[in-house]
Amino acid sequence: MTEAYIYDAVRSPRGKGRPDGALHEITPIDLAAQVLAAIRDRNGLSGEEIEDVAFGCVSPVGEQGAVITRTAVLAAGYPHTTSGIQVNRFCGSGLEASNIAAAKVKSGECDLAIGGGIESMSRVPMGSDGGAWPIDPRSAIANYFIPQGISADLIATRYGYSRDDVDAYAVESQKRAGRAWAEKRFARSILPIKDVIGEVVLDHDELMRPQTDMQSLGALAPAFQMMGTMMPGFDDIAIMRYPDVEKINHVHHAGNSSGIVDGSAAVLIGTKEAGEKYGLKARARIVSMASIGSEPAIMLTGPEFAAQKALARAGMDKGDIDVWELNEAFASVVLRFMEAMNVDHSDINVNGGAIAMGHPLGATGAMILGTVLDELERSGKSTALTTLCIGAGMGTATIIERVN
Amino acid sequence: MTYKTFSVDIDADGIALLTIDLPDASMNVWNGALIAEFTKWVDDFTTSDTVKGAVITSGKKSGFLAGADLTMLGGAKASSTKEAFDQAFALNALLRKMETGGQSAKDLSSGKASAKPVACALNGLALGGGLELALACHYRVVADHPKIQLGMPEVMVGLLPGGGGTQRTPRLIGLQNAAMMIIQGKALDPASAKAQGLVHEVVPAADLIANAKAWVKANPKVTAPWDKKDFKFPGGAGAMDPRAVQLFVGLNAMAHKESKGNFDAIKAILSCLYEGSILPFDTALRVESKYFTKLLSGSQAKNMIRTLFINKQAAEKGAGRPAGVPPVEIKKVGVLGGGLMGSGITHVTVKGGMDVVVLDRSLEDANKAVDYSRKIIDKAVSRGKMTKEAGDAFMARITPTDNYDDLKDVDLIIEAVFERPDVKADVIKKAEAVIGPDVVFASNTSTLPITGLAKNSSRPELFVGLHFFSPVEKMPLLEIIPGALTGDRALAAAFDYNAKIKKTPIVVKDVRGFFTNRVFPPYMGEAMKLVTEGVKPALIENAAKSLGMPIGPLALLDETTLQLGYDVMQSTKKELGDAYQPSGTEDFMELMVVTLGRKGRRFGSGFYDYDAKGERLSLWQGMSEHYPLAEEQPSVEEVKQRLLYIQLIATAQCFEEEVVKDPQSADLGAIFGWGFAPYTGGPMSYIDTVGLENFVRTADNLAQRFGHRFAPPKSFREMADKGETLYKTVA
Repeated sequence: MTEAYIYDAVRSPRGKGRPDGALHEITPIDLAAQVLAAIRDRNGLSGEEIEDVAFGCVSPVGEQGAVITRTAVLAAGYPHTTSGIQVNRFCGSGLEASNIAAAKVKSGECDLAIGGGIESMSRVPMGSDGGAWPIDPRSAIANYFIPQGISADLIATRYGYSRDDVDAYAVESQKRAGRAWAEKRFARSILPIKDVIGEVVLDHDELMRPQTDMQSLGALAPAFQMMGTMMPGFDDIAIMRYPDVEKINHVHHAGNSSGIVDGSAAVLIGTKEAGEKYGLKARARIVSMASIGSEPAIMLTGPEFAAQKALARAGMDKGDIDVWELNEAFASVVLRFMEAMNVDHSDINVNGGAIAMGHPLGATGAMILGTVLDELERSGKSTALTTLCIGAGMGTATIIERVN
Repeated sequence: MTYKTFSVDIDADGIALLTIDLPDASMNVWNGALIAEFTKWVDDFTTSDTVKGAVITSGKKSGFLAGADLTMLGGAKASSTKEAFDQAFALNALLRKMETGGQSAKDLSSGKASAKPVACALNGLALGGGLELALACHYRVVADHPKIQLGMPEVMVGLLPGGGGTQRTPRLIGLQNAAMMIIQGKALDPASAKAQGLVHEVVPAADLIANAKAWVKANPKVTAPWDKKDFKFPGGAGAMDPRAVQLFVGLNAMAHKESKGNFDAIKAILSCLYEGSILPFDTALRVESKYFTKLLSGSQAKNMIRTLFINKQAAEKGAGRPAGVPPVEIKKVGVLGGGLMGSGITHVTVKGGMDVVVLDRSLEDANKAVDYSRKIIDKAVSRGKMTKEAGDAFMARITPTDNYDDLKDVDLIIEAVFERPDVKADVIKKAEAVIGPDVVFASNTSTLPITGLAKNSSRPELFVGLHFFSPVEKMPLLEIIPGALTGDRALAAAFDYNAKIKKTPIVVKDVRGFFTNRVFPPYMGEAMKLVTEGVKPALIENAAKSLGMPIGPLALLDETTLQLGYDVMQSTKKELGDAYQPSGTEDFMELMVVTLGRKGRRFGSGFYDYDAKGERLSLWQGMSEHYPLAEEQPSVEEVKQRLLYIQLIATAQCFEEEVVKDPQSADLGAIFGWGFAPYTGGPMSYIDTVGLENFVRTADNLAQRFGHRFAPPKSFREMADKGETLYKTVA
């Protein structure tokens, strides 16, 4: 099969996903278009070379609806010949979109394609697209539907992560993100976002609080206790599904969960020949990709299974991976992954993650793929595995290998 | 045209007054005859040139219409799914035709057509199909009596309101109110129904017909709200309205956790509400009938109708009462003992309309029963559930005393003194010395055989056992125990007394533990065995709850106290001597009660830790020091199966030994005595549903793996071999 190479990765900074966030005035189309224009222009492409663009978007309604990718491709000034597809695999959308672009390259459908994602959470709030899963009684009851926060607390309960454990993880994430920005580790990939008159509105991740400590986090009340124990009482459902649990320990809050932000990212993927033809320098090879489904109520333990599958597909074992990147949806998700995979904290999320910088749902997967590529180049290491936990028990993973 | 199930009188304005009055029935219900005649009337009404509108009311004092005839539903047979659907859809089609006047939804919504007005004059309770008939009328007027119940209780017997109830209700009062009403099966009074928008007018009973007619006269052309073009659900609906989305996320979760996912009807009702709120009305009605068909063809509705409706009613009407004994009139009851049981019995007896003389060794002790009722009555008065006058009148009916002479004119004695044969013997002798020669003496006991106690009586034919459950005012079951010499009149008196206090009675044989206390201890024992095997206590508790038990067995043991279990074990040991058969939990009880002093909630600790107020905190973590957690925990299914089968086997043994003489009594006793999962219809219904052969096979398998206590009784094996069932007929 044809090999797929990553030629470049560009991402916007993440703006607070609220009306006072710096990116709130930027339309999702414009945000995605600026990223698409940048990855084309800085690689000296006209756009015609890029056959298809796959972008993740988790709330594809309203101004993110109607195949936002195609609209963004046109807004970015690509020729009419570049196609676009919008992908939804919940929080894994951005990575899945990159995998789809890679698959198109590997299968011979495209020579050059873009994967990535967009989510303007300040403008199209999470959950805007509804969905049968929690509301149709037949699916909600059969699948023991509980919101993700309850699932994250269930993981903490089952695997014995205390409030201190999850808070300590969050403090470290903030610290690492602060260091990464201070040392300009993201410089190669960050694209400052501009308004309609060309002024920069945001050039850094807006959400970070590098000064966060255990004390400041300790003051935050558990976010999911009310819905868990009172109305409507999701804890009972979690316990029905995991009946060896007596009580859910509610440890997560805004400070140790991923932040709500706006953002977009793009990854340029192509064949070796396409790179040569257009004078592009390959940065990494896509080694393997995998997606899995697992029990949907606990929901967020999928990354270990996705990672194992990606490793198996590549004929690798965990010792072959130098750097790990797992989206920090909730602190317990990463703690569980490290324990299940026996990964040392120093080798995972080395530059912080979504707890510090935010999680623009549809874009995150592509963002952290770029982050881990930057880190491989910075540290001179070779292989990386990127993965995310995903709604309804899914998981997606990608292994890359630096090629220069 | 004349009808048998209702009369039709047409007035000078051309308004028909249809008065439903089923012949030879105390209450109106939808049965085959009414459906057939009503169908005919609707056909005539919609096509008649002279009849301009109609008012529907009831000719019964007992109420408007109490729903469908459940015996008809329970026995319904259809040769195909399609036929079953057609049967289920008949009432929907009929009511819809009345509502639309036979016009199409399209013509109605465009304003091209309209229907003739039909108003409903609700002169009494309207439940299930009765309320659905009212909802299909264009206008509803209710008499202003606060006791009138308007509700849809179908869920209680595993069904859903299949006459448009799941569709018209949310379109009138919103999805949330409708869900509460239909899923909980709770009725509204007229004022709440009016406030929610379910009915239009609440008027004095005398004005019912006139007001309904006035509305009909003033509105010659009508269209139901949901047939109008601009109709919107109050409070939102469907899969995209954020209000409805939020509602369903919450509703699904609440229904799921409350029902543990065990009740098919609750799921079907939710689906009717959800899917129906997205569909046009006529399609929504069809979907409702499809879910109804599914429920009716499943085992839950059949079992629940049989046990919780038909057999419960039969038992309460005195099915086990000896025939031919004239009613025993009971106006005044002497209760012996003012302790917890005596107090509870005093309370329910007064509530049942009787006077009580409550006797104890001292007036102070007797007054404890007065205080007990006072507390309950004061609460009811303070909450506005009872007037002060009614509360005072209630209390005035209780006479505390320490003087046996005060018992001389009572019609029944219920003894509830300490569970010790000598104490009981003493009060029997003293009471019999003063009471009338034909007054029945009932002994409340949970453990002592009645035949033995009756030996202290000078007239054992008038001596009977009654086993009340604690707290008496809350627990619905009453075990009636005839001793060897108990005569028909004593048994009849027990039933006639029960008819007044409205418990569900079952007759049980006079053996140690009677029925419920034969099954309950092995069930508790199994839970304790699981603990000693190192199964996580949380898993045991959650497995029982997921089975449908209202509370985990370990929490229940804490409530009834381990001390009690220990005491019973000690006294049984002493009494039986060498014949005592160890249950295997002796050492465990010894450890908990004697060594650790964790004797139950009342004592501050047990399987759980409690705070100073007695609130349950969490499972005691120290258990694993004495019984280390097994490295490999069993699956929840296995724990569930053990907790279920230990109850099934014990019940089956009681049935084999004729402790309960029929499956009906066993099922009622199990559900109302110790809270056996009601959706199963009871242990006997459960066994029939899985099949005797399957039951025997599973029990054999459990016996092989976990011990002889799971071995199925011989007669059950024989019945399985012969391909028999426990219930011989539908009821």
